[in-house]
This record gives sequence, C-alpha cells and structure tokens, in this order.
Amino acid sequence: MKTIATGNKAVAEAVQQARPAVIAAYPITPQTAIIEQIAKAVSSGTLNSRFISVESEHSAMAACIGASLTGVRTFTATSSQGLLYMHEMTNWAAGSRLPIVMANVNRAVAPGWNIWADHTDALQERDTGWLQVYAGSVQEAYDAVLMAFPIAEHEDVLLPVMVNLDGFALSHIFQPLETVEVGDFIAPLHLPHAIDTRDPAGYGVLTGPESYFKFRWDIERSMRDSVNVIQSVQEDFSRRFGRSYGFTEDYLCSDAEVVVMAMGTLGKEAEIAVDLLRVEGIKAGSMRLRWLRPFPELNLAGREVVVIDRSYSFGFGGVLATSVRSRIKREVYSVIAGLGGQEVSYEDIAGFVRRRCIGREDWFGVNGHV
Amino acid sequence: MFEIRIHSRGGQGGVTASRLVALAAIHDGKYATACVFYSPQRRGAPVISFVRIDDFPVRIYSHIQNPDLVVILDKGLLETVDVFQKLKKGGKILINSSEGKIFPGFSSSHADLTQIAHRERLVVAGYLILNTPLLGALARMGVVSLDSARKAIREMFPDPRNIRAAEAAYREMSP
Repeated sequence: MKTIATGNKAVAEAVQQARPAVIAAYPITPQTAIIEQIAKAVSSGTLNSRFISVESEHSAMAACIGASLTGVRTFTATSSQGLLYMHEMTNWAAGSRLPIVMANVNRAVAPGWNIWADHTDALQERDTGWLQVYAGSVQEAYDAVLMAFPIAEHEDVLLPVMVNLDGFALSHIFQPLETVEVGDFIAPLHLPHAIDTRDPAGYGVLTGPESYFKFRWDIERSMRDSVNVIQSVQEDFSRRFGRSYGFTEDYLCSDAEVVVMAMGTLGKEAEIAVDLLRVEGIKAGSMRLRWLRPFPELNLAGREVVVIDRSYSFGFGGVLATSVRSRIKREVYSVIAGLGGQEVSYEDIAGFVRRRCIGREDWFGVNGHV
Repeated sequence: MFEIRIHSRGGQGGVTASRLVALAAIHDGKYATACVFYSPQRRGAPVISFVRIDDFPVRIYSHIQNPDLVVILDKGLLETVDVFQKLKKGGKILINSSEGKIFPGFSSSHADLTQIAHRERLVVAGYLILNTPLLGALARMGVVSLDSARKAIREMFPDPRNIRAAEAAYREMSP
C-alpha cells in the first residue's frame, strides 16, 4: 500500500508486521514515536505482543535478552544516551547469540546536550558483535527492519541487528512509503539454544581462559557468514517486493574518477552533489555505505575517495574514513561534517569533492578547514 | 522541483500543514517530502517547515535554500523573522491576512485563514488550527489539486469541518 510516513512510523509499521512476542523499551527523543506507535498497537489489540515498559534502556535490553533466551522474537528502539546506557547489555545480547532487533535513531552524544543527527552513538557500539545497517530513506528504514529479523534469526548468524536512521533528518521527515504484504518472508524463529521454561535450570556463564576465545571466534565466524545471509535475504526481498539493496548503494560509480562515501541521509544527499559535479564535467559518483558491520568489500580501485564522517574517534580520525582507508589500503580525503545535526547541503558536499585533498582531514565549518 | 518554506508559530499547525501539502502532492502523482527545522518545541515560537514537490523521488534532506514559495501563517513574523530570505526572484508569497500586501519583486497572495478557522471552530488546545484552510489556499494557487487536497485532509483529519475550511479558503482567497 502506498502512503506517506515518517522514518519512525515506517519502523513501527515494519515491527508490527514482524510481530515480535516481546517489545521492551524506554522513550527518548527522537525515537519515542516508534515505541509510542507500537505500544498503541499492543494496547488496542492489533498487535498481539507483550509490551514491557521499563525504567531505563539498560533494563529494556535486559528484558529483551531474557525474553529472547526463551526463543521468542524481540524488538527495542533507542537513541543516543539511551544506547550508551544499554552498552553493557548490548555486549551481553551479542555474546548470548540472541537475534534481537533494535532501531537506533542516530543522535549526538552529550554534552553539549543535542538531539540532532550524529553517528557517534551507534559507532560506539561498533565492536559489540551487533550487525549494523544504516538507512537513507523512510522506505529503506521500513525495508531494513523487515529484513533485519530474517538476517538476525538465520541459523548461520544468530546475532542482534541494529537498524540505524538519522535523528530528525530521517526519523521525522515525511516521505512516500510503500508497505508490503509480508507473507512468509519472515519465517518463525527457531532458537537452537533456547531455554526450556517448563523445565527451568540455571547455567553458569563463567568461561575460563581455555574456552572464552572460542566463543569470541564463533561471533566472528558468524559475522563472516552473515555476508552471504544478508545477500540472500536482500535478494529474496527484491524478488518478492521489487526493491533491491546491496551492502552499499552505488550511484554513478561505474565510470567515476572520484567517489563520495557517507552513511545515512548525507549519503543520499551526496547523489545530488554528484549530479551537480557531473554537469561541471567532474566524473563523480556516490557510494553510500549501508552495512557497517559486517563491513563489505569496496570496489574503489583506481578512484579517489572522499569520505564524510558524522562521528569521530578522538586522537585518530573519522571512524568511516579510517575503515575505508584500511579496506582499500590507500589514503582518502576525510571530511568530518554533520556532527550534532550540523547543516550539510548537497552544495557543501559538492564543495568537498571540488576541493578534495587526498591524505588530508578537514572539519566542515572549522576555521582554516573546509 | 518546487520548494515551499512555511513560517508559523508553534501550535498553529505549520508542521502538519507541510505534511498535508506533501500528502496531497503525492495524491497528484508527484513525489514529495515534508520536514521541519526542529528545535525544542514551544508554543508561540517561530517554526520553519519545508515541503519539496518533484516529478522524481526527492533525495535532499538539507534545508530549503531558495524557496519558490514562502507561506507566512502569522504576519507578526514579518517583524521578527527574515521570512523572504533567499526567496527566488519572482517567487510567490502567501500570507495569512485579511488584506493584501505588496512585496516588490515577488508575487503575493493572501487569505484570511484565521477567520476561516475561527468560523469552522478549528481549535486545538485553545489555538486556531490553520493547516487545513492553508491547503485550500495552496490548491487555489495550483500547488496541489483541490481533489487531492480534499483526499489528503480526509485521510489525516476526517472531521468534515476541515474540508469545509479548505473549500472556504479555496473560494475566498485573493486571486
């Protein structure tokens, strides 16, 4: 059905269609509309799930972990400080191999107090063992949530998935949305290590030096296997519903001499910058990174690369720039832009490309930088 | 692409108006997005919302720099906000006012949306809601069709007073 929706509403719609048994969440701007809509669906009876209102995000994730351990589908949503508060439990979710799906509405981290788009929150979760995907449109946020469940729950993965959407820029924008009849796209969850609630027992989780590393390796093995699973779920989605997704979204890349890389809404806006640059005779392309974990192979041979980071690792560099540089084993032009919702237009992005200086890092808007 | 910037005050319905316009444009078979420059929301504070309408999917998220049309829901904002900032040369202006005003270099229209909302008792939490009459005025200006405006209003605000208010604005606004 064709309609118009915000990113938050699109996420909530997709969650209702995936029918988790348990949703546990705590409100936080700019995510609150997601769980408000889900809570409403539960209370009106249109969604037959258990909604657990908790007193904090730490408890939200803990409740999802407890529910997921019994082998049922779970969902939560958060943002920024809420995600940071959850951090201990996000590690626990991945380590326990639980296919929890979470929507994270990307928002800056305080102080200074700031409710606008920024990727620092999710990137501080980078090494927890969660798969991470970033949406570039309302439609994609909806589609990504629908795909997150079969990916997380696949027997070769059994890891949690975080669907990221930019605060306000995507969570609150109204865009066209085409919903689908899900049918059997999301198979029933079978968790091989589910606990038996009829025969309760406690298991120690103490894991000694002789075996701990095996559990860590098993997470990495599944992370590597998730590449094929993501690919096949995205292909299945495309066959059924007609919308195709890859690990990156490439725009005019095939003959490009310079490629802009970014995540989320800035990656979408970069396509307009590419159109402008092409008119000027600059052979530009845009490669919007969708999956941060697992981090994909990048086909960037022979092109200059401009990376836009909406976050920063202090003392080293932009997180995305660092990752791309490491993947392609070459220098890039790194631009730090859009922190805390800083306004970055397609004109600005075109300017980054025109004034690119491979090997340098510039902070947009800082004196003496771009 | 047709770009609209709506200046309103928190509580007047400017944000919802931007969503109504986008929905009506989609019913016209176009692509559209509506967004707001969000700041901590306060009633009475100046609010800016944006609508983009195009024949192709809209991929822009940044604020509208050079609007084709500026809508001013509270003429008091003329005193405090640079509402015409970077409005395109020859661009259109729609003011919520009982009388017309001339702005050299631009083409300006007016409609008494407040009076229409008052007549139809479109009040939420003590505030007159101007979004549905605004959509009627924009239909008269050709931004969206009247049929699509009616359809969008029916979907978002089924109360018939909203359709009546839109139709009144369509009839009564300055040509």
